Amino acid sequence: MLTEMKDISIEFPGVKALDHVSFSAATGSVHALIGANGAGKSTLMKVLSGAYGHYTGEIIMDERKVSIRSPKDANELGIQIVYQEVDTALIPYLTVGENILLKHDRTFINWKELHRASDQILKRMNMRISSKKLVKDLSLAEKQMVLIARAVSTECRFLILDEPTAPLSHTETQELFRIVNDLKAQDVGVIFISHRLPEIFELCDEITIMRNGRLVSRDSLSKISQNEVIERMLGEKLEEQFPKLNLVIGDTLLEVKGLTDSEKIHDINLTAKAGEIIGIAGLVGAGKTELCKTLFSSGKIKNGEVLLHGKKLRLRTPHEAVKQGIALVPEERRREGILVEESVSVNLSAASLGQFTKALGFLNGKAEKEKAWKIVQSLGIKTPALETKTKHLSGGNQQKIAIGKWLLTDAEVYIFDEPTKGVDVGAKKDIYELISELAKRGKAVIYASSELSEIIGITNRLYVLYDGQVVKELQTSQTTEEDILFYSTGGK
Amino acid sequence: MELSKTAPTQQRKFDLFDFLYKYGTILTIFILLAVFATANPAFIQGNNVINILRSISIVTIIAIGITISLSVNGFDLSVGSVASLSNAIVISMFVWFSQNTLVAIISALAASIIVGLLNSFMIVKMKIPDMLMTLATMFIIQGIALTYTKGATISQNMVMPDGTFSAGVISTVFTKIGQVPWIIVIMVIAVVLVHIFLTYTKHGRYMYVIGGNMEAAKLSGIPVNKYKVLAYVLSAMFASIGGIVLASRVMTAEINAGAPYLMDSVAAAFIGFSVLGAGKPNAIGTFVGAVLIGILQNGLVMMSVPYYSMDIVKGGVLAFALGLTYYKQKH
Repeated sequence: MLTEMKDISIEFPGVKALDHVSFSAATGSVHALIGANGAGKSTLMKVLSGAYGHYTGEIIMDERKVSIRSPKDANELGIQIVYQEVDTALIPYLTVGENILLKHDRTFINWKELHRASDQILKRMNMRISSKKLVKDLSLAEKQMVLIARAVSTECRFLILDEPTAPLSHTETQELFRIVNDLKAQDVGVIFISHRLPEIFELCDEITIMRNGRLVSRDSLSKISQNEVIERMLGEKLEEQFPKLNLVIGDTLLEVKGLTDSEKIHDINLTAKAGEIIGIAGLVGAGKTELCKTLFSSGKIKNGEVLLHGKKLRLRTPHEAVKQGIALVPEERRREGILVEESVSVNLSAASLGQFTKALGFLNGKAEKEKAWKIVQSLGIKTPALETKTKHLSGGNQQKIAIGKWLLTDAEVYIFDEPTKGVDVGAKKDIYELISELAKRGKAVIYASSELSEIIGITNRLYVLYDGQVVKELQTSQTTEEDILFYSTGGK
Repeated sequence: MELSKTAPTQQRKFDLFDFLYKYGTILTIFILLAVFATANPAFIQGNNVINILRSISIVTIIAIGITISLSVNGFDLSVGSVASLSNAIVISMFVWFSQNTLVAIISALAASIIVGLLNSFMIVKMKIPDMLMTLATMFIIQGIALTYTKGATISQNMVMPDGTFSAGVISTVFTKIGQVPWIIVIMVIAVVLVHIFLTYTKHGRYMYVIGGNMEAAKLSGIPVNKYKVLAYVLSAMFASIGGIVLASRVMTAEINAGAPYLMDSVAAAFIGFSVLGAGKPNAIGTFVGAVLIGILQNGLVMMSVPYYSMDIVKGGVLAFALGLTYYKQKH
């Protein structure tokens, strides 16, 4: 069976998000949907799942014209979507079973039947989760599985997965692929949105590429190469992704001695020199984020000290960290990095407002706008205006703003926590260049990432984290992805 | 996208709902003015306009404090009690202790600062949700005010526990505060000052940023706790000023005199969200909200609507304004 979307257009204030896009997917196959951030893939899928009702164009299922204007319409037609932010769709203090069978409500609940039915669904999909467990005790990957289980508990003909693998570890990703393949065998059509090309080539049958709200091409994955996909996504030839590093390495800037926090990280020792990019490698859950946050004094330090220029830092609040020259670009962009309800210029000046302040705390709006605009131009942030709220921008542009606000401060140590998460290839390249530019200016950069190719591509030296501890220090030029993986999975 | 030398400004198409969202409150005010003026020409006369402004001044002053607490995404329910307490302290300073105006006002403000600090300590350090904490404070302060006045109304020449009459008098300077034009002047100054503070200073910007996303604000190096403390202290101080003005206007300290102002002030601050499309708490909007409530109240009285059904209309208007604000946020 085929679902076809024809001539779909949709507009938001100031943005034409989709421009006469056509898309089709069949049951019993896995269809990849790919495009740079802001290309419109999520928007297109939101149209298909009924989240946006105000589009133009038509949707045809099984050679019959259908009307999808609300999530209910989509559900009735057997279209289910699992969004990237799994927590928004789950009720944490209810059990797995209740979450799976959320919409199958009768007036009275037969608890035995509920858990039996959901256990059956879980079993059919080979998921090893107990139906009686509370959702808040699950890992991110398990929560995603619960959502998939909820989707297939109904009459599900098409399942849309919006960047499902972004937060998953390698094993969890493999587990997800197994489930997707099972669903495919059960004649479900899976639409798979991802930025990770190797995954797409491993899992999918067909690929639709989008750019700037338009359809670029639709191909069978056996007839297209990775480089072709990237070229079509970007509309240009792909150059070397990582900038060449010819860094002049200076004196030791940052020294961390025996850092221990109250939860995860234990006895961390590391140094970072001026002009150096230090990698923090490790699997999901190894404590990279905790380390970054503790260095920025957003976590609680139990033991150890942090020295900048040989001087011990007072790190009790992020406010003090910023004053002493440390900047952090956090992992959770929308929750921690930017202010979605505020404008681009408010976001860019948020960490350095003191510069734009006259006597008595009055703001110098003109200077603020000028500096903000400079950042917008130099980072290539795509925004209609400085007054645009950042929630209307794409993920890559939001991330550039989260980084850009620190460029206005005169920090000496820049900490990046997964800065390219959910960012498209083009913007990734911009971000890499930005980071090496910082190093060239004599800053110390700490770069935490679970993407090994990034760590290899951009850092000079790296520390491998395993279970909250540094297990190995490596020179990047003398190491390989396999080495890093070996140490980050606990090898010795 | 092409990059130009200067920043472009955003253009918007006309949208009826957007228009209603931005100008709905002001439009409502004009419609009400027209309706009441047609029904009773005396409504629009100078005397009555001043009367309305006078009647909303205390509500506005207290609502301005609530606006500040809302700007950090907090909520201060204790303002009514703080106004009562300040009212009692000011009058008692004159009547019981024969103090001068300055001492009376400073004592009332000092008490409110203590309340603000207590609120913010419990909210910031003990992490009690703001609504619950200030609800508790509301009862505590209400109780303290009652205990302090021994449950009686304080007024000049009142009978003291030992059977004598109190000797203190309220100074003539103090009585001026609650009279036109000063009562209106104080209100306007409060609105203008807080408007400038929230819109044109770094501190105001930080408060909005904290209100928008506390985690991101903290990770941008903004001293979040400091500003939250400041917000609750300012909120209590404005409530106290409201109480002082009230004291001057009625010249007595009745039991829980400030309590009725809580709900009107909350309503004014929330109605203010949507005024001119701000979408967030703001001083001018709060003032417009208070004007709307004042006109409603005054006009309904003039049209002989019984006082006991007034709350129905007030609640209805609040629900309508909130509907505009939150419907907009969803879409």
